[in-house]
Amino acid sequence: MSNEQYFAKKPYAGGTAAMKFVVDDIVPALKKQFPDGVESGETPFEPPEVIVRPEQLEQVCRWLKTRGFNLLMDIGGVDYLPREPRFEVVYHLVALPELWRLRLRVQVPEDDPVVPTVSHLWPSAPHAEREVWDMFGIRIADHPNLTRILNPDDWKGHPLRKDYPVSGPRSAVPGLAAERNWYHTPKRPGDGPGTARTPERQSAEVEYDGAGGTGPERASDPEEGRD
Amino acid sequence: MELNRDNNNNQFFTSTIDKFIRWSQKSSMWPLTFGLACCAIEMMNLVAPRYDMAQFGAEVFRSTPRQADLLIVSGRLSNKMVPVIEQVYNQMPDPKWVVAMGACASSGGVFDNYAIVQGVDEVLPVDIYVPGCPPTPDAVIYAVLELQKAVAEGRAPGGVVRG
Repeated sequence: MSNEQYFAKKPYAGGTAAMKFVVDDIVPALKKQFPDGVESGETPFEPPEVIVRPEQLEQVCRWLKTRGFNLLMDIGGVDYLPREPRFEVVYHLVALPELWRLRLRVQVPEDDPVVPTVSHLWPSAPHAEREVWDMFGIRIADHPNLTRILNPDDWKGHPLRKDYPVSGPRSAVPGLAAERNWYHTPKRPGDGPGTARTPERQSAEVEYDGAGGTGPERASDPEEGRD
Repeated sequence: MELNRDNNNNQFFTSTIDKFIRWSQKSSMWPLTFGLACCAIEMMNLVAPRYDMAQFGAEVFRSTPRQADLLIVSGRLSNKMVPVIEQVYNQMPDPKWVVAMGACASSGGVFDNYAIVQGVDEVLPVDIYVPGCPPTPDAVIYAVLELQKAVAEGRAPGGVVRG
């Protein structure tokens, strides 16, 4: 088959036509299939988005996968701190090769934030879900290996939450100069930067129980959830 | 180190062994490829033809710490990387020197947050700090030349009798 013949068979995918297809055909079919938990969000310039309830997420994703959304681009977490429900988990789905795009949002409350896993549907899911747990503390139910992925294995706290201090545990230890990094004790106790910087930091919600490694911190750790 | 002639016009080269060893150490300081972040790009420029580092003795950048004696920490050091850099530093044979290249290696740079160690000197003993974000290769060459001068004069660790 020549190039011309190939491209005549496959017109250009994606673009406004694909978006229109998603908005006109796929989202209403989704809403018809799952009437209770599905609402549509208004976004003029971005991928069409749908708000899904956590308990229906797995079935919605399975249904969407059978309809052609075979690529999970990313899973992101959001923390809207003063708002209730506090957290949101956002799934970006793409259909290849038609290039349909869809965004799913799952709103999660602050006490006991749990979403079901989609690792059995898309192979890119496990790592993104680990990142969501690592950074926000949103547990993923039935995840094969929910451990720290970006932070060190024994890190305490979830750094991307709005009430986590920017400088992290460095600002939490009283009596220690704010610029010292307690997580790794200095090699020569007398040395150190010793520069004078302003000691005011945000108040930390992070506890300090000494530096050290005890292996990967898992989501089933009894201390997890207390931040 | 000086050159002398005796009565039969034979030439002698005299020096102390320490000075000679330190001269040879400074003239062939082989760095380790330890590029962590953006400063690594400038370090690549350092070995590129324009700012050729090999003319100052860094003939090869060794990938194994066992064969390197200069550790140029180019980039931000994160908390997760600290055991790695400690292991790499411990694997380097003595005498070894450390250059903290760039703002992030010297003091944490623009990243005053939970993930970045505020200066490599919290973890390793540093000999020369190079400011810049990233420092131009000129600046790094200047720093390495200063380090070489310090090694030759005995101010940095080196030589047969280690201080």
